[in-house]
Amino acid sequence: MNLRPGLVLQLFWRTSRVQRKRALLTVAAIAWGSLSLVLLLAFGEGLGTQLGRANSGLGTNIAIMWPGETTRPWKGLPAGRPVRPRTADIRLIEERVPDLFGVSGEMRQWRTAFTRGDVTVNGRLTGASLVYGRLRNHVARAGGRFLNPIDDARRRRVIFLGYDLAEDLFGQDEPVGETLLVDNVPYTVVGVMAEKLQSSTYGGMDKDHAVIPIRTFEAQYGTDRLANIVIKPLDPAEMKRKLAEVRETLSPRYGFDPDDERALGVWDTVETGQMFANMMLGIQLFLGIIGGLTLLVGGIGVANIMYAVVKERTREIGVKMALGARAGWVTGPIVLEGLTYTLLGGLVGLLMSTGLILLMGLVPVEDNVAIEMLGKPTLSPAITFTTAGILGVIGLAAGYFPARRASRIDPAQTLRYE
Amino acid sequence: MMSKGDQAAAGNGAVIRMDGIRKVYETGKVKVEALRGIDLTVADGEFAAIVGPSGSGKSTLMNLIGCLDTPTDGLYELRGQRVAGLSRARLATIRNRRVGFIFQNFNLLPQISAYENVEMPLLFGGVPRRRRRERVCDLLERVGLADRMEHKPTELSGGQMQRVAVARALAMDPDIVLADEPTGNLDSRSGGDIMSLFEELWEQGRTMLVITHDPALAERAPRRVELLDGRISQDTGVGAG
Repeated sequence: MNLRPGLVLQLFWRTSRVQRKRALLTVAAIAWGSLSLVLLLAFGEGLGTQLGRANSGLGTNIAIMWPGETTRPWKGLPAGRPVRPRTADIRLIEERVPDLFGVSGEMRQWRTAFTRGDVTVNGRLTGASLVYGRLRNHVARAGGRFLNPIDDARRRRVIFLGYDLAEDLFGQDEPVGETLLVDNVPYTVVGVMAEKLQSSTYGGMDKDHAVIPIRTFEAQYGTDRLANIVIKPLDPAEMKRKLAEVRETLSPRYGFDPDDERALGVWDTVETGQMFANMMLGIQLFLGIIGGLTLLVGGIGVANIMYAVVKERTREIGVKMALGARAGWVTGPIVLEGLTYTLLGGLVGLLMSTGLILLMGLVPVEDNVAIEMLGKPTLSPAITFTTAGILGVIGLAAGYFPARRASRIDPAQTLRYE
Repeated sequence: MMSKGDQAAAGNGAVIRMDGIRKVYETGKVKVEALRGIDLTVADGEFAAIVGPSGSGKSTLMNLIGCLDTPTDGLYELRGQRVAGLSRARLATIRNRRVGFIFQNFNLLPQISAYENVEMPLLFGGVPRRRRRERVCDLLERVGLADRMEHKPTELSGGQMQRVAVARALAMDPDIVLADEPTGNLDSRSGGDIMSLFEELWEQGRTMLVITHDPALAERAPRRVELLDGRISQDTGVGAG
């Protein structure tokens, strides 16, 4: 008896006559607002996905450590001593540090001559452990493979090529199975890296270098000093502890304070990934606020039309009240009407933006620098729910405030003379 | 100074009992005392006209009787129920059940049909659909508009509109019908028709209260209450008319 939603609905159907032009403009404003909101959010989503993909090109949740120099005296040793881990340390870390997805040594030769026939290209050569392929996202193109345990055990002269380096050497020819000279030593190509997005590097892009087994590297170049150690814990949240454990493992061998941050350089991508996620959240919020404001302008339009409606129907509302309508029965249809305009506009905007996003999906990605950088706008359930939620709140507010004015109408004052 | 003749009406079944009713409007810093102490009793089945020059407080009195407004001071009982201090929702229910309004400018809802206009108070009163239908058809028939049910108010003449309004006022079978200048916007023939309709209703036992300054209309009411400056200056009382 008190709320009677059925009565409110009935009154809504009976008395809400649409003033076509005004309603149309309002609905269009809401549609435009939702369109901007959805497109901006979808753009942000696409950007985030693309940047995330590019970020993962280097490998996800890994840390890279490189040789440093002590900055504190330690057990009678002075500061300023170099710390240069060796290949044997990798086995030690594998033994002493639990719960690692993997750890790989990385050796580097910066100017290596790669020769095939009469073509010689200077490039980077990397010697790495087997798990390196998985840590650093080196996936072989079809028809080839990354290095395997036998390669390492037998110190085979096999090589895995970055795709740009492969193209420089072999052009359109298939490199796998072919032989090339690395600093005048013959190697067999076992795989070529599949193309990937990579937005961060240390020392250069992966597409430009070649990887050989670390023990082969040791034998050919006569050194066991590592350029980098790459580690990945099973649980990314444990990264800080794992890094500390690596320092503790190496500390007695090289004589440095495990708390000496500079003894080994560290790049923790879990930390930078968190920063990246925060930055993306910031961008999404920023885009969302801009879109939301556009939508709010539409909402103010709806509120405006509803205020006009209330003003126009003041007498009718007064009549209904005199006939025994409670305030809620009079205001309910007004709230419903505001909500209807808003949701109708929102639906139109959502459909239009979905169509636009689908259309943009048809644009080819290949060689499209803009799309490669920014990604494609992407709709996600979160975006749809966010938009629907904002629309609902704006619609309710746009109906509520005019309805509140209507409920304050004094029937005694409106009923007599015009 | 007040004629106490209306005490006679306070016998069985007083619909309206007012005692020392005052109404003060505060507009900014100016206080306007619209009613300065009204004692009025209207018995069941009475037909009274409230007359008086403009500014005498007729409309204010009508708003109070119709529970559209509450008095500043004094006692008001509508069918034994004290109106003072009730919530807006309760007042709405009282208006719905006990009072039938008829206005000078009809105040029909323009976008819905005569049928739906008459149905409106029944909707508010929570009357089930079938009973609503019977009641509306019955009432429109009684005011002679059975063939105009689906017409919008704009498609009706002034007299027809006022008859729809009468049907609407009767919908919830109220204790009292309050008519505010019901013939003010009508030509004399339609006005006469409405008056005849009122007399008919009165003869059927309705309690009618008509506010007017149309002397012809006032003449036809058995009881006349004259207002002047917010007080009752003359009351022919029950049976005096």
